[in-house]
Amino acid sequence: RDFNECCAQCSEVNWGLTDGGRFYCRSCHNVTERTREVVNTDFILNTRIQTISKGLRKQKKNDGGCEWYVCEGFQLILKKQAEALEALGVCPQMKDEILCNFWRCYLQKSQQAYCNRPAVETAKALPVWDSSTDVESEPERSSLLHLLSLSESEGDLQTDCSFASSTSKVSESTSVCSGSVDGHLYLMKNQKEKLRMTMPMTLSFCYMALLWLREPMTLSDLLRFVVEGHIPYLNVFQHFPEKMKLCGLDLKIFCVESWPVYEEVYNKMLELAAFLDLPRFPDITDSCFLHPDMLCMKYLMEANLPDELHNWTCRVVKKICIGDADFLTLVPGNKSKRKVKYDVLAAAVIVVVLKLLFLLDDHYEWLLSDFAEERNKNNKEGGPYFEFKKWYTVIKCCLDVEQKRLDEERAKYLWRCEKPLFYSAKKKSRVLKRRQMVVNLQNQFGKLSGSVQPAEKPNPSSFQLSWSEENTDGSCFHGQSLKGILQEKCGVLTAVNPDYWLCTVKLCTEKLCGHLAHYREVDFPQSYHFVLRLFSFLLRIQPSYIHEEVCVIEHKLFNKKLCKKPKYSTVLRK
Amino acid sequence: SSCEHKLNFKKSKEVCLSYIQDAMLQKQWKRAAEFLTFYVESLEKDFSRQDVNPSEMIWRIGAEILWHHSHGSVKEFNSFIEQMKILSVKRYLKVCLEHVFHLLCHGLIDEAYQTLSLAESWRFGEQTAVQDKEIKLIQAYRGLLDYYSWSKKKNILLEYGECQDGFDDLSVEQEMHSCFRKAAVNLKEIIKVPGVWDLFVKCYVDLLEFYGAHNEARQVLNEYAYNSKFPANPNAHVYLYEFLKRHGESKKSLISALKILHDIVPSHELMIDFNTMLQKSKKRKNRRLGLEVIFAALDYAGWKENVKAWSCLARQVKQIVISEKHLDWIKQEWNSRKDWWPAFHFSRYLAKRNWQKNESLSYEKALVAGILLGKECKYFKYVSHQGCKAQMKRFRVLKKFVNKHSLVYLRISG
Repeated sequence: RDFNECCAQCSEVNWGLTDGGRFYCRSCHNVTERTREVVNTDFILNTRIQTISKGLRKQKKNDGGCEWYVCEGFQLILKKQAEALEALGVCPQMKDEILCNFWRCYLQKSQQAYCNRPAVETAKALPVWDSSTDVESEPERSSLLHLLSLSESEGDLQTDCSFASSTSKVSESTSVCSGSVDGHLYLMKNQKEKLRMTMPMTLSFCYMALLWLREPMTLSDLLRFVVEGHIPYLNVFQHFPEKMKLCGLDLKIFCVESWPVYEEVYNKMLELAAFLDLPRFPDITDSCFLHPDMLCMKYLMEANLPDELHNWTCRVVKKICIGDADFLTLVPGNKSKRKVKYDVLAAAVIVVVLKLLFLLDDHYEWLLSDFAEERNKNNKEGGPYFEFKKWYTVIKCCLDVEQKRLDEERAKYLWRCEKPLFYSAKKKSRVLKRRQMVVNLQNQFGKLSGSVQPAEKPNPSSFQLSWSEENTDGSCFHGQSLKGILQEKCGVLTAVNPDYWLCTVKLCTEKLCGHLAHYREVDFPQSYHFVLRLFSFLLRIQPSYIHEEVCVIEHKLFNKKLCKKPKYSTVLRK
Repeated sequence: SSCEHKLNFKKSKEVCLSYIQDAMLQKQWKRAAEFLTFYVESLEKDFSRQDVNPSEMIWRIGAEILWHHSHGSVKEFNSFIEQMKILSVKRYLKVCLEHVFHLLCHGLIDEAYQTLSLAESWRFGEQTAVQDKEIKLIQAYRGLLDYYSWSKKKNILLEYGECQDGFDDLSVEQEMHSCFRKAAVNLKEIIKVPGVWDLFVKCYVDLLEFYGAHNEARQVLNEYAYNSKFPANPNAHVYLYEFLKRHGESKKSLISALKILHDIVPSHELMIDFNTMLQKSKKRKNRRLGLEVIFAALDYAGWKENVKAWSCLARQVKQIVISEKHLDWIKQEWNSRKDWWPAFHFSRYLAKRNWQKNESLSYEKALVAGILLGKECKYFKYVSHQGCKAQMKRFRVLKKFVNKHSLVYLRISG
């Protein structure tokens, strides 16, 4: 933009930017060596960029709005989300480099921008880049790699979010039933092959970027922060600039009416990674937060279980080789490999370890607990032995309280915001009146209820439950010892419990029913259900997901035994 | 509590509503108000597919909470209800009516009247059948309030009429007549519609009677009582009976009015009057009916200790026994009761209790028991013994009487 020199070849001043960040002359397609460094990360209304020849973006008639495209809206949203993540402690690279580049790559692939013929309705679109060989000579993949590499590059990382979309001629086709120019297009069915952008997908983008950077935030953490309001998602359109008016079909695109669902966000992320032709993600090694050894430690702490259990989780992880970088790292597009949900996996490992040590068949764990209690009486030196019964009492109480609080929060969840939405200008006054009435009623009954409006959100925290060893009431079990339920055999500490029961003898075919295992509470012991419920609460997902993962782990763990014995046997000797 | 971690708008509001309902059932008004603040945004959905949409919910719940909440004042309620009126055009009239009820409950008659007048003049689009009905109702209540004004003015006139000079008399009287006209028009209209309009009918009849339009009044009451389109309503017959009695109508018409009442509500308090009237009748069938009526009334627990009722029965039984005619009447009535009346009315426990609390009651009952069950029955024995011990003359007479007719019970029980 600041580049006003005459082109060396044709002496015109008509510059555009290549993907590589170099200026090129649009008249004669001469690519210069000049690159552009931009620091400005604000969303810039497309009034300034590359409009020397085109003139300003058309203002809409009455309401002071301007033309805008749906993807611009999403771009704004992603930016807001990235900023929020940064505020939560995620490194700035996520916003400035990774997410931004993922996004631009997406735009290019889905032909919404940075490409030959952006997928907008008008046939008269002048291509921004025409068949210049300079630009397209680089294979897309390598340029993308170039962009995505974490190493410093020659300042070609652009962060201004401008759009080299097609010409102003598009304005004639502006639909009346959406504030955005291409709102109606967006909802047309044939967009499916190009992976149409949706609100949940913004979270997929975020998670993908987090995963690329191996940030210490799991998908369940991310979604929880969204629901708690720390990451813009619901009503994020409030932050659109005044000039970007939303109405009509835009509502269907940007208006969120439900909490994001783990499976949906996760699967979309996989689809997205494949769509963008991303290479193998950076390796998840055992020093990463997402590695099962690390996550298990975190969850054990949160679940108020003894630290000593970590040894066991590590053993299981090692035994079934789920700690390998090859297993854990995401390779997009590789359909044969089962994708890893780190949080679910770690939780499932813990469940399996609990089953190994306590059996959890509604009998044995209580007997074992009494046994440990007995041993505890004679235990003078060292810390107390872990007793399942005590742990259960404390955790059940806590879980019930938290679940109740969560249920009330669900009931009190507010979906609407100050900025009202309406389908058309005709409905605007009605919507505004309604909004006013709602606010009045809220005030009136709020006063009656005597409660102060809860204005502050709770501080975001990675740990939902915390237990302190300083509590003298003995409600913290971290430091307790497992000796009460272990015995020495051949110099090695093994579990007293000799048995194990498999959740399922045979795994389902995922292709047929979508899952590898199914869960019905009544079919399983209550202790098992309790443990599932605990992690279901921490991760905010259905118990059946954890159960499924448990089944998979068990089948890996007892693979040999399962293969050997063709006979049906639900109780195994370890 | 559940392991549900999914949530959408609709479900979220459903859950919220269930919390409100729980709180209301437990009369925790503050808590209900709290959750209602989170529920009201459901008004902002553009459409609702549910049968009862949020706006109606909010109206009803909000009104209930405000009514019960200790801090809810009339002003608060007014401001709330005005918003509810705006919310739904279809419900405007209903909401107005509710508003009026609340004002009346707070004793704000004038404000209620104003609200009714305002509502009456409201029209929206084409008059639908439902709106018609609701407008009628509004007019009827206005008519009722007009009646109330009329009644006040009438009392003023009656009390102070003589003391005041001509002018004041006249103006009050004129106002009174104007109230009458307004009231009469509306009340007349509403009672044409099949339904239960007890209060309206009473007021209208009162007006008509005052102005001497007795025939019309009778017609109105007859319609109200006998028109099959109207739901069966014991009060209608009571009103008719009272009217007929007031105007000295024939016994025949009185009896026919009460007969229906007996059929509908055998335990009605007027049954005593009815029995008394029937006993005196010359017609045999009336006297027969009288016995039936009094037995039927005493089948009900509420009458167990009613001295008048027992004395009616005793009198009639005594009379039959003395005349030695129509013992079969008693037999017929006793037939269906002999299995359970003894335990119900004539147990030894009751004998003691009745004697202690109300000796006239025990006297009457003892007579009936002695005849129906014989002199050896527990009730009679105990009461007559006590009575004779206390040297009460009538108990000695009673004892003699029952002894004399001691075999009647055998003939009755068959």
